[in-house]
This record gives sequence, C-alpha cells and structure tokens, in this order.
Amino acid sequence: MSQPFAKLPAWADYGLLPLINLIVAFFVAGLVVLLVGESPIEAAVLMVKGAFGTGDGVGYTLYYATNFIFTGLCVAVAFHCGLFNIGGEGQAYIGGLGVAFVGLGLGDTLPWWIVFPLAIVASGIAGALWALIPAWLQARRGSHVVITTIMFNFIAASIMVYIVVQILKPMNIQSPETRVFGAGGQLPSLGWLLNAVGLNMRSAPLNLSFLIALVAAFLVWVLIWRTKLGYEIRTMGFSPKAARYAGISELRIIIITMMISGALAGMMALNPIMGAQHRLQLDFVAGAGFVGIAVALMGRSHPVGIVLAAILFGMLYQGGAEIAFDMPNISRDMIVIIQGLVILFAGALEHMFRPTLQRIFHGLSLKKDQTVPVIAGGGQ
Amino acid sequence: MDSFITILQLFDSTIRLSAPLLLACLAGLYSERAGIFDIGLEGKMLAGAFAAGAVATWYGSAGLGLLAAIAVSVAFGLVHGFASITHRGNQIVSGVAINFIAAGTTVILGQAWFHQGGRTPSLPNTARFNAINLPGAEALRDVPIIGPIYFELISGHSILVYLAFLLVPFTWWVLYRTRFGLRLRAVGENPAAVDTAGISVPWLRYRAVICCGILCGVAGAYLATAQGAGFVKDMTAGKGYIALAALIFAKWRPVQAMYACLLFGFLDALGIRLQGQTLPLIGEVPVQLMQALPYILTIVLLAGFIGKAIPPKAGGVAYVKER
Repeated sequence: MSQPFAKLPAWADYGLLPLINLIVAFFVAGLVVLLVGESPIEAAVLMVKGAFGTGDGVGYTLYYATNFIFTGLCVAVAFHCGLFNIGGEGQAYIGGLGVAFVGLGLGDTLPWWIVFPLAIVASGIAGALWALIPAWLQARRGSHVVITTIMFNFIAASIMVYIVVQILKPMNIQSPETRVFGAGGQLPSLGWLLNAVGLNMRSAPLNLSFLIALVAAFLVWVLIWRTKLGYEIRTMGFSPKAARYAGISELRIIIITMMISGALAGMMALNPIMGAQHRLQLDFVAGAGFVGIAVALMGRSHPVGIVLAAILFGMLYQGGAEIAFDMPNISRDMIVIIQGLVILFAGALEHMFRPTLQRIFHGLSLKKDQTVPVIAGGGQ
Repeated sequence: MDSFITILQLFDSTIRLSAPLLLACLAGLYSERAGIFDIGLEGKMLAGAFAAGAVATWYGSAGLGLLAAIAVSVAFGLVHGFASITHRGNQIVSGVAINFIAAGTTVILGQAWFHQGGRTPSLPNTARFNAINLPGAEALRDVPIIGPIYFELISGHSILVYLAFLLVPFTWWVLYRTRFGLRLRAVGENPAAVDTAGISVPWLRYRAVICCGILCGVAGAYLATAQGAGFVKDMTAGKGYIALAALIFAKWRPVQAMYACLLFGFLDALGIRLQGQTLPLIGEVPVQLMQALPYILTIVLLAGFIGKAIPPKAGGVAYVKER
C-alpha cells in the first residue's frame, strides 16, 4: 500500500466506482437466480419490462420509488453527520400515526389541500420525535445510535400493533387497519402526469407525494450544501474533533440531524397511507426503511443519486412482483437479496475496487502527463 | 401444588426460549470483544437454521444439519470478516447486508428446493435433537419439591440447550484464563498493543469472527431442529437483535450474558403465558408490551438508569497498521 495513488477524477469516484459495485452486486444476484434454476438474463428482461413496459408498471415503479426517496434521504442526512440511522423503519411507522390522526380527524370535513400540509407536518413531527431519544442517547450518553434505533424499530412495531388493533381498528373490520379516511384524507393521483407522456396508469397508486418527495430531495440538497447548518452537519460527520474545536455544539447538531432524518422517514408514510390505501394498515412500511439504507449507499448520500437509486429500487420492487408470475421460484424476496448485496458491495466493500481503480488511473495519468500532481500516501 | 407446577413450567419454557438467545449472545461476545461489531447475528442464525432444516430433511440427520448450519454461518461470518477486517469496511453496514442476504436467500432457496412457501418440510423426530431425560428423572419424579424441579426443569431438554449453558463457563474460561482470550480482549481494546507484541490483528479477529459464526450456526440449528421441526420463513424473528441487546445488558461479560438471556427468555415465556389472561389489579397485559420489554429495558440501561454499558474500546474501528 505504499505506492502513491492518483486521486480519482470526480466522474470515476461518483459514477464509475458505484457502477462497478452495482454490477458486481447484480452479478452475484444473478448467480442466486441461476442457483434456483432460472435464467438471470431472462429475469432481468422480465423485470425491466414489468417495471417500464406498461403505464401501470411505471406508475407502480414511481410509487415505490417515492417511499425509497424519503427513506433514502433519511439515511443520507444522518450519514452526512457520521450517524447511521437504521431506525427509518420505526420512524416511518410512527410517522404513519401522525398521518392517521390527521386523516381520521380532518379527512371528513376539510378538503385535501388543507389536510395534506397538516399531514406532512404531523408525519414529520411524529417521525422526528421517534428519532429524538436515540439522538439524545447518542449525544449525551454515547450509546451507539445504531443499537438504539434498532431497539426503537421493534418498540415502534409493538406500539403500532397495540394502537391499531386495540384503539384505531373499528369493530366491524377483521384485518388490523383503521377505517377508510374521508375524501379530504385522500391525495389526488398523478395519472395526468403519465397521461401527458402518453401512458395510461390505470389503477397504479402513484400520487402527489411523489412530487413532495422530489421537493424534499431538493430541500435536502439545499440544507446540506447551501446552509450554515448543513455545513456544521458535514463538519461533524467529517471530523467531530474539528467541529468541537470550531465551537459547534455536538449535542445540538446530533439532535437536529436525527430529527430531520426521522422527519423525512416519517413523511414516507404519506405515500402509502394518504396516497394509496387511504387508511392506516399494519405493515404499511414493508421494509422501505431498510431499503433506504441501500438507496443512500448507492446514491452516495447525494439527493440526485438517491432519486436515481430509489427509482432503480422501485423498478426492482415492481419488476420483481411481475417476475413472480413467470418464474414462480423468484418472489419478491429476491429484492431483499439484491438489497443486501447492494449494501454489501456499495457500502461495506466500497473500497474493494478503489485501490485497483486508483492504480489504473495513476498509470493513465503518468502516461499522459508526467507532471500531474500525485497524492502520496495512498489508501484511505 | 398446581401453582408450583405452573411456575416450574414457566421456568422450563424460559430455559428453552433463552437457549438460542444465549448461543447468539455468546457468539456476539466473541466477535465484539475482539473489536468487530456484529449486527449480523440475526442473519447468521437464520442462514444456519435454514441450512440445518434443509440438510436434516435431505439426510435425515440432525447432526449433519448442525454441521451444515455451522458451515453456512461461518461462511457468512467470513464475508463479514472479509469486508470489515480485510477491506476495513463499515462493520455495521456489513452486518446489515448479511441480515438482508440471509433473509432473502433462505426464502428464495427454500421455495425453489422445497416448494412450501419458503419453509422446509416438517422433520420427523429422528431428524431432530430430541429431549434428553437425565438419569433418574422418572424415579425422582414423585419426590416432593426436588423431584418436579429435576424432572420438569433440569431434565428433558435437547442436547443443544445443555451445550448452550455449558458454553457459559467455557467462554468465561477461554476469555479470562487462556492466552487466546487475553489476546482477544486486548485486540478489542487496543489492537496497536497486540500488533506491537508481534501478534497478527487480522488473524486474531478472523478467529473471533469464526467463533461467532460457529455459535450462531448452533443457535440456528437449535431453532430449526430442536425447538422447531424444520425451517420457517424468518424464524429468528428478531432473536439476533434481542441477543445483541442482552450482550449490551450484560456489558459484554459471559456470566452476565446468561442472566440477561434468561431474563429476556423469561419475559418471552411470561408473555406467551399471559396472553389473553387478566391479572388481578393490573388487568390484561398487552402482549406487545411483553414483546417490547427487552428492548425497552436495554434502552433504559443505555440511558444510564441501570449502570453504564461501555463497549470494547476499539469496537467498530478497523485496524490500520502503521506504515
């Protein structure tokens, strides 16, 4: 490791390296498909067709992507502060409670354009509060936020089962869910958007919260790269020592960051609850909080990357459901494997190909120009 | 007398429910004491359970199933080691990845191989670890007090349960009375010192990860071939995380880990027992509260109300040799 490495150009660092990691992850996933006796290439074709071939496929793909944009942003904001928020799942769950209270309480009387902003605020606050205790424990007691957010996921699941089954569920319904919200608690569909590009979405649940997700992505970009708070968050993530030396309050930054992160996860609940089911169903999060980890790692914690990665995972979700019709051996659990592999190769093993790549680029730059400045030391 | 038997049965199921927690918790202890955080206990246990269920189905032998469970779990452990020791990746991220890969692969392979919705076929008793009646259990059964305790509580568990509890003193001995244990603890506190003494940090940590894999495999085999009769989708159901909570609760010490696992196992047993029953004064205890209690207790501990949990100092940090 003693040889000097050239610094990777930005396009290689943010484009090529993640692409290589992604290709390796999908290659290994392809091996699993082979193992169950199906053709990986056929599966990939079916998947892309299922996700983008029809209007409702696109609608579903973007509907799932909406969830993942929110949870991906949630994980990414925490990443920028050097925190690993695994609790997106639980924060989204509790966020659903906020949506349900607004939807049940005001959905019958007020129009959606008044209910919706209130629901956004309620879901955000609920999610943020659920992230508050882990944040405080991390900042004050040094308890690892990973451990506490995992615990809070389980506690959230227990609380939600109790609240939905014992309190919110009407007597005449068997399944664990609330009653259907009034008209004001239902978001307008985005069918017109797809119609504009000549697609018929039919019954796909793509709704207004997709646009809210895009706005959230833009606001996160502004926050992280264009505000003083964002600068402080990144400083804390890059070097807590430097941040402390600069007089940045660790307690304040950790708590604010985690609450923003939790709020983003909480807002994810808008999409399935107000946008699609129009009621709070148990299990509405369905692992989206965890997909957010893969999305954030793949998108390298940048909002643009996250939106792209979220659409990719939306495609996997939708396409995966379609594959199951033709290849009964491949169910949606295949996505869980891909998700795990993406987390492994784009996250834990992200440095595996870097030295090789650096060596190649170093060789190229030497050939081109002998005077190119070289970063000595190498490695990470 | 009836309530005495009821209480004994409650403790009996406590032991059965805490055995897998204990195995996973000790697994985590080896790894985390060496400075490798392991969120992936859950995934390794799940993969082990699937391997045990599948191999026991094919070959009709619980022993072979156990070996397969250990092999698969160690393989997953080595992936974790490869990412976090060799490539110095984020240990948490790697553990999360392992959990997902295990959760997905077990269902996909289970469905492809056995066509039962991700589960393995139900195992006959000959392909499981059955209850062992300790000598004299039947004879002593009618002796008051001691007889029922011996018969209900101590006798009549599978060999893996006894193994789990015997591993507690064994782990204590390894950790505090052997050279390997000293080095293991040292590498989790101050790897540079271990390196200075001329001992390979990566190799030591790899051995810790392998120990962790072996025990997670045993825990998985217990779930699929002793407690249950075959693998069921997502059968670990968060036990890996409860084991992790127990490890923190025990402050990374083996004997205390046993107490913590017994406590969490007892809460689980009590929750099952109390389901739908009303207690005097309290009324019906929501089963969800009992399920969440291990996590709530751990949070309370972490908040500093029950002592302070200090993890191994070098935990979660990849070691970079000076150069």
